[in-house]
Amino acid sequence: MTRTVRIGAGAGYSGDRIDPAIELASKGSILYLIFECLAERTIALAQQRKRQDPSNGYDPLLTERMEAVLPFCRKNNIKIISNMGAANPIAAAARTKQIARQLGIRGLRIAAVTGDDVLDLVRNTSPAFEDNSYSVESLGERIVSANAYLGADSILDALTQGADVILTGRVADPSLFLAPLIYEFGWSLDNWQLLGQGTVIGHLLECAGQVTGGYFADPGYKDVPNLAKLGFPLAEVSENGDAIISKVEGSGGLITKATCKEQVLYEIQNPAVYLTPDVIADFSGVEIKDAGYDRIHISGATGRPRPATLKVSVGYQDSYIGEAQISYAGSGALARATLARHILTERLRNHPLQELRFDYIGVNSIHGDALSHATCEPYEVRLRVAARVESLKQASLIPHEVEALYTNGPAGGGGVSASTKEVIAMLSTFVPRELVSHQIHLEVS
Amino acid sequence: MLLRDMVHTRTGDKGRIVTISLIAYRDEDFALLEEKVTAEKVTTYFGDIIDRPVDRYVLPKISALNFVLHRPASQGVTRSLALDTHGKCLGYALLNMDISSSDPV
Repeated sequence: MTRTVRIGAGAGYSGDRIDPAIELASKGSILYLIFECLAERTIALAQQRKRQDPSNGYDPLLTERMEAVLPFCRKNNIKIISNMGAANPIAAAARTKQIARQLGIRGLRIAAVTGDDVLDLVRNTSPAFEDNSYSVESLGERIVSANAYLGADSILDALTQGADVILTGRVADPSLFLAPLIYEFGWSLDNWQLLGQGTVIGHLLECAGQVTGGYFADPGYKDVPNLAKLGFPLAEVSENGDAIISKVEGSGGLITKATCKEQVLYEIQNPAVYLTPDVIADFSGVEIKDAGYDRIHISGATGRPRPATLKVSVGYQDSYIGEAQISYAGSGALARATLARHILTERLRNHPLQELRFDYIGVNSIHGDALSHATCEPYEVRLRVAARVESLKQASLIPHEVEALYTNGPAGGGGVSASTKEVIAMLSTFVPRELVSHQIHLEVS
Repeated sequence: MLLRDMVHTRTGDKGRIVTISLIAYRDEDFALLEEKVTAEKVTTYFGDIIDRPVDRYVLPKISALNFVLHRPASQGVTRSLALDTHGKCLGYALLNMDISSSDPV
C-alpha cells in the first residue's frame, strides 16, 4: 500500500470555530493541522496593534486555539502550521511556548517564520501599485504595512529544523498546506506538476468548512446535514499528489463533488493561471470523482514555473466611515423611509463628504435597484446611510443626524444603530523575489 | 427557465474583483449552460455593478463556468460603503437569470 499523508484544516479564517479543530486533532488521525487565519486586511490591523503593544500583533484567538489543540497534537504527534503569527510571529511563538509550558508540554519546538514584512523595501523601491491612482510617495506616512506573500519554502526550512509548531506572518494560503507535502514526500521544488497538484489540495482545504458543506446549503436545492456541528476537512494525499478529501466520521456537513467543485473555483480568476509564490498552478484539468461516502478524489492539476515576483499587500489609512440605520414598519414603511432619506440628504448637503450612500435594507441594499425585484410592498424597511469622510469627527455626523430622526423625522422610526470607523484599505504590488528572504526563529518549551 | 434550476454557484472576492462559478447540477446540461450564459449576457445582466466586460472561463471537466467581474474602484472590499463589501451575494443575483428566452436579461 502506498503511503499517504493526512493533513487537516483547523481554521478557514481568524474567527473560525475551534471545536472542529479539536475534533480533527483528537479523531482525525492527521499528521498536520493547518490554521489559515489571515485575510488580506487582517495583517494591517494586526500591525496597528503591534505598534501600540510590541508584544501583540498576532492572531487574537492564538491562545484559545493553542490551549485547545496542543494537548491533542502532542499526544497524537501532530504538527501545527499556521499564519496566526500575523504581524508578529516571534511574539506568537513566545506566547505558544508559554502556553505549552503551562500545559506541562516540554521540548515542543516552536518556529517563527519572518521576512514577509517588506515595508522598508517598499518605501525604498516604490514599486507601482496595481491600482495606479495611488503611489508609495503619494501615500507617504499613511502606509501602515507591507507584507510579501512568502511561499512553501519558508515553512519547509522550519520543518527541516524539526519544528513541531510553525507560526508565520503572510504566507500564501495554499503554501501552508503544500509545505508539509513537499517535506513528507521529498517533492522537488521545481516539479511544477506536483506543486500545482499540491496547491489545489491546499486551495480546497484553506477555507476549512467551505469544502465540507459550509457556505453551500440552499434549502430544497442543496441540503446539508448538521451544519451546527460542521466537520472540517482533511486530505489523504498520495506521493503522486492525488488526494481524497474527507472528514471525521460522524461530523456534520457533507463532502460531495458539488462542494469540491464550488471550492476549487472559489476566488479563482483564470483557472489555468493561479499564481502563488511556489508555482503558477493550473486547475483547468482538475478531475473531481466520488470515492465513497463523504470522500472525493482530486487529481489532474498541474503547474508551470513559479513567478519571478512576489505579491505584496500594502495597508494604508484610507478614510473614515460613518454609518447608521433606522427602521420603519407597517403601513407606509417605504414612504416614511424615503422621506427620512430626503431629510438626511438635505441635512448632509453642505458637509464635506467624499462619498455618500443610501440603502433600503430589505428592498435594494445588496444588489442595487437594477437587480432587485420586489413583488410587493415590504412590511418593514431599514434605511441605511453610510458616508466616507476625512476624520473620525466628521464621521460622527452620520450617527448624530440619524439619531435626530427619532424626534425630528418621519413617524414611527425605531431601532437606530450607528458606528464610526477608520478604514485601513489594501493595495497590491509586486517585488522581485530575490529581494525578499525569510528567517526561522526557533524556541523550545 | 431560471439558471437557479440548472446550476449552483459560489461567489468569491479579491479586492475589487468578484468571481462567480456556475456549476451544472447534471453534466448533460453543461453544453446548454455554455451556450446560454455567455460573457456578453452576464456583462449586460450586471449593468453598472461592474465597470468593464466580465471574463468567462470554461471548465468542461467539472461542468462549470467561471466568471470574473471587475467592480468600480470605490467598491473594493476594504473600502466599500456597501453592506456586502465583498459582493458575496452577487452569485445569487445571477441565478435569477432567465435562460429560456434569447433576451439578454
